[in-house]
Amino acid sequence: MAIEIRGVNKSFGDAAVLRDVSVDVTSGSLTALLGPSGGGKSTLLRVIAGLERPDSGQVVISGRDATRLPPQRRDVGFVFQHYAAFKHMTVFENVAFGLRIRKRPKDEIKKRVGELLDLVHLDQFAERYPAQLSGGQRQRMALARALAVDPEVLLLDEPFGALDAQVRKELRAWLRRLHDEVHVTTVFVTHDQEEAIEVADTIVLLADGVVQQQGAPAEIYDNPASPFVMRFLGPVTEIDGRLIRPHDVEIRTEPGEGTSPAVITRVVRLGFEVRVEFTVRGAEGEQAAWAQLTRETVERIAIEEGAEVHVRPRPAIKHSIQIA
Amino acid sequence: MVKHVLRVIVLIYLLFLLILPVALIGWRTFGDGPGPFIDALTTHSALHAFQVTLVVAGWAVVLNTVFGVVAALLLARHEFPGKRLLNALIDLPLAVSPVVVGLALILVYGTFSPVGGWFEGRGIQIIFSTPGMVLATVFVCLPLVVRSIVPVLEELGDEQEQAARTLGAGGWQTFRRVTLPSIRAALGYGIVLSLARALGEYGAVAVVSGRTVDETQTLTLFVEERFENFDVQASYSAALALAVLAVAGLLATKLLRPRDGS
Repeated sequence: MAIEIRGVNKSFGDAAVLRDVSVDVTSGSLTALLGPSGGGKSTLLRVIAGLERPDSGQVVISGRDATRLPPQRRDVGFVFQHYAAFKHMTVFENVAFGLRIRKRPKDEIKKRVGELLDLVHLDQFAERYPAQLSGGQRQRMALARALAVDPEVLLLDEPFGALDAQVRKELRAWLRRLHDEVHVTTVFVTHDQEEAIEVADTIVLLADGVVQQQGAPAEIYDNPASPFVMRFLGPVTEIDGRLIRPHDVEIRTEPGEGTSPAVITRVVRLGFEVRVEFTVRGAEGEQAAWAQLTRETVERIAIEEGAEVHVRPRPAIKHSIQIA
Repeated sequence: MVKHVLRVIVLIYLLFLLILPVALIGWRTFGDGPGPFIDALTTHSALHAFQVTLVVAGWAVVLNTVFGVVAALLLARHEFPGKRLLNALIDLPLAVSPVVVGLALILVYGTFSPVGGWFEGRGIQIIFSTPGMVLATVFVCLPLVVRSIVPVLEELGDEQEQAARTLGAGGWQTFRRVTLPSIRAALGYGIVLSLARALGEYGAVAVVSGRTVDETQTLTLFVEERFENFDVQASYSAALALAVLAVAGLLATKLLRPRDGS
């Protein structure tokens, strides 16, 4: 295990931010701390880095108890949401900072910084100041700076949160490739479930200071432990007291086993995907729900507004939760 | 039109308040060529006053800089009980008249007070001596460095410092390599303000120094004493020299621009 977090509690004043949190992060993995804002994920990351001290519990990094160690002795790289670039230093000096603190020889520093700037595609910008870089470039610089000292673990706090959607998508894919190249154990915080599913190989879902579920993205998506987890990881709809994914709704023209009668209220075509809204007439009265269908299905069964249909969860699905 | 009127008003205001008085001192000083100016400032008393002023101002600026940086870091980066009180106390010297400061220092450090007596017993004279003058000057300059830096520290935030910590820097390294370069310009400005204030301080120093000619006479005290004794040439020459020192300090801050390529 690269990081073991054991029973960590942390409060700010009266507000409990982390409650008995235990998480294991495997060496070489790319783990996402996912959750709504205020859920405690940034605080947990800062506890790992030593920037916050837990009220109780233990943090073990690479087999060494780090709970009482100050941040400068934990061997972690930390990347901040707002880059925390050293404004009075050039890109080169920023990346060289950790090596200069460690008093490495000049030649070695020059070589290592050169390699890292190549890695993050900033070799042309070594002599610029952070103020002369774009947001995405500053964040790549911050990443190179954190990697320069060969940290045991790399921690990223909402690394793409301050960037616009396009750059965000690019950097996401780039981070995944980078991790495949560098193999350093990485933990990143995000509130975006799509980002977590796309980039991470393990997701830890935190809400209200409590770990709601942890596992591989597909596993959490397919076997959510609670309605909350299911709702957080993707769109849901409710049919017959069951919480299901809208792409798992079957719409038929004839009644069948387990179907409920429904009336189509709206059909929205979003390119390949079609969003069909309907009202289910169940045992307890009418209820609005929706389904996500392909264009081809919609054309095949001729769905249109006002049509009387029958709906049911697709029989083969694993992930639905009985909530009523 | 309005812009021109405003500009003229500001210029006239400054003319009567600042430019005219300073220019007249310069004119009076150099009315008979540079000879009398040089003669007036190279008398034994004048040179001694220069020396006393530089020693007192030098110590005061150094002490005030160290205290100012520490207090500013405390106020901007830490939460502790009594923080608001400290914040208020730092501004006190702006509100209290320097004469009161001088009298208060005599009460505490005078020969007949317990504290002053204790020092006196160890051969350290504070009042009517350099330490007392330094204390008085430090007191009146107290807020200048702190108030120059605190807003910059708050604006800066502590993320850069945290980043330095995670990269392996200890507290002192973080301060020297990250915090200090970021507040350089503001700190320089605070130091120059302190220096200008220290050079020009009159009231508090007048009270605690005892105004002994050739002993505890600073340049400002020299100006006043010469003026009282109808030696107008020496008085104006020293006054001009003080003004030049302060202006030189202010110009020096222009060299302390931040280096971030923006």
